[in-house]
Amino acid sequence: MRIELQDVEYRYQVNTPFERLAIHDVNLVIEPGTYTALIGHTGSGKSTILQHLNGLLQPTKGKIQVGDRTIEAGKKEKQLRPIRKKVGIVFQFAEHQLFEETVEKDICFGPINFGVPEADAKLLARDALKQVGLGEEILGKSPFDLSGGQMRRVAIAGVLAMEPEVLVLDEPTAGLDPRGRKEIMDMFYQLHQERGISTVLVTHSMEDAARYADEIVIMHKGTVYQKGSPNEVFSQPEQLVELGLDVPDTVRFQLRLQKEMGVRFDKPCLNIEELAMEIKRVMKWGERS
Amino acid sequence: MREQLVLLDNVVFKYDGQEHNAVDHVSFDVFKGEWLAIVGHNGSGKSTLAKLLNGLQFPLEGKIIVNGMELSEESVWDVRKRIGMVFQNPDNQFVGTTVQDDVAFGLENAGIEPEIMRERVKNALKRVKMDQFLNQEPHHLSGGQKQRVAIAGVLALQPDIIILDEATSMLDPRGREEVLETVRELKEENVLTVISITHDLEEAAKADRMIVMNQGTVYRNGTPREIFQLEEELISLGLDIPFSIKLAKSLRENGVEIEDRQLTDGELVKELCELNSRM
Repeated sequence: MRIELQDVEYRYQVNTPFERLAIHDVNLVIEPGTYTALIGHTGSGKSTILQHLNGLLQPTKGKIQVGDRTIEAGKKEKQLRPIRKKVGIVFQFAEHQLFEETVEKDICFGPINFGVPEADAKLLARDALKQVGLGEEILGKSPFDLSGGQMRRVAIAGVLAMEPEVLVLDEPTAGLDPRGRKEIMDMFYQLHQERGISTVLVTHSMEDAARYADEIVIMHKGTVYQKGSPNEVFSQPEQLVELGLDVPDTVRFQLRLQKEMGVRFDKPCLNIEELAMEIKRVMKWGERS
Repeated sequence: MREQLVLLDNVVFKYDGQEHNAVDHVSFDVFKGEWLAIVGHNGSGKSTLAKLLNGLQFPLEGKIIVNGMELSEESVWDVRKRIGMVFQNPDNQFVGTTVQDDVAFGLENAGIEPEIMRERVKNALKRVKMDQFLNQEPHHLSGGQKQRVAIAGVLALQPDIIILDEATSMLDPRGREEVLETVRELKEENVLTVISITHDLEEAAKADRMIVMNQGTVYRNGTPREIFQLEEELISLGLDIPFSIKLAKSLRENGVEIEDRQLTDGELVKELCELNSRM
């Protein structure tokens, strides 16, 4: 499913003294089956965009095309439910939204809410649980008796059980330990590749953006500042640093080495092996004696 | 001679209904003026340690001594005057309606005179560079600013030790740096001894000493340099190693003769520059 934002603006609390422009002139296309990373500071408008992707917010200007449905500013929009089924959002600290008595009921809540018969919902729950790497033995447990990492996975399973075509992830690994982070990110990437689920990742981690995304969209002061492949975006790291954004560890190291050693790299390196070979090359290691 | 501030002696703790000890015969000490990082995967027992250290839980066996006082239900209020704590979620620890009320809250509870209270609130907020925000409401603050206010709340009580229980894990990179910089300055001025419970290995690399927790026990206790020698072992414990160590390893594998393990980008850049000029 394709999503397109055209000249989207959103103001919070319009016509009150608290009116605030959150995003403006946002133009963005999310093609089916792609992996997009949305990066920018806290307050740059990432979360506001995210809530437009499944109609939680309606633009105050412009329009959004979600599949064959158009959401326009100024129009009363009804029946947004089909969109919400197709675009699943995993919010930050998703485990805070767990509420049911058992893991099974919690995962089934979404599908049943969208009209799936209970017996089918239970099958979906089992499948979703497997996808997030948990065993069926926890179906009968209270979600609140699980560890933090397990709770996060159950909450994610609740979104997957709705079989979304687009998965929107808002900092899905915040607060997890390094292994937990990698497992969850690899799991989403696998879903993306095997099932062709379009993925939109909102993150502060430039490493994750560089590693997983086809396209990176940089938000700054409420609008799209730059977009492109990781190679394009990180080929001008100075700009990002000026905006106060991070760059991947490898690129940060390249910048520092250029400055202190006086060497020149031709391209950004986005993984460690590549960087090691580039360093060897620019130092002409082994060619001199 | 290092002055011992905290001693854990064979501490055991188990949560009700759990099969295994969350903390299993743990012993270590904390010295005055140091920055101690406690790392470990989720569920390794490090957060339980934090709860034990300021008496939110009590050991089933063994003892904890803070400033010469054994921590018990009787001494807990005195011990808490010595140890301040900053928790993970900035939104769960803001109790006042404004920044200065929030910092004053702990002082009011401690029955401090209003005159002294005002002075201490102001000083504490100055220390964390939040004195421009006295009458701001919490929802106008960023996560990093809220955590700095929480630190000011701790400082105002003039403790010896501050425990950061994953205090930066919910912040964005800028907020994280703000908070760590604030704590670093306080430590430099010899105001505080820092115990930081963290997943952030880059932060831990800058600590004076590290303790690696695994399955409720102390797996290793040493300087960051010693700990990060473990490399793959740490990864198998669910942890990570700093970027510069990974890069140095990859360089060595590619035949570039990097000597030691470089804990920071700065150290590695320096060594590479030296190698480059020698060639």
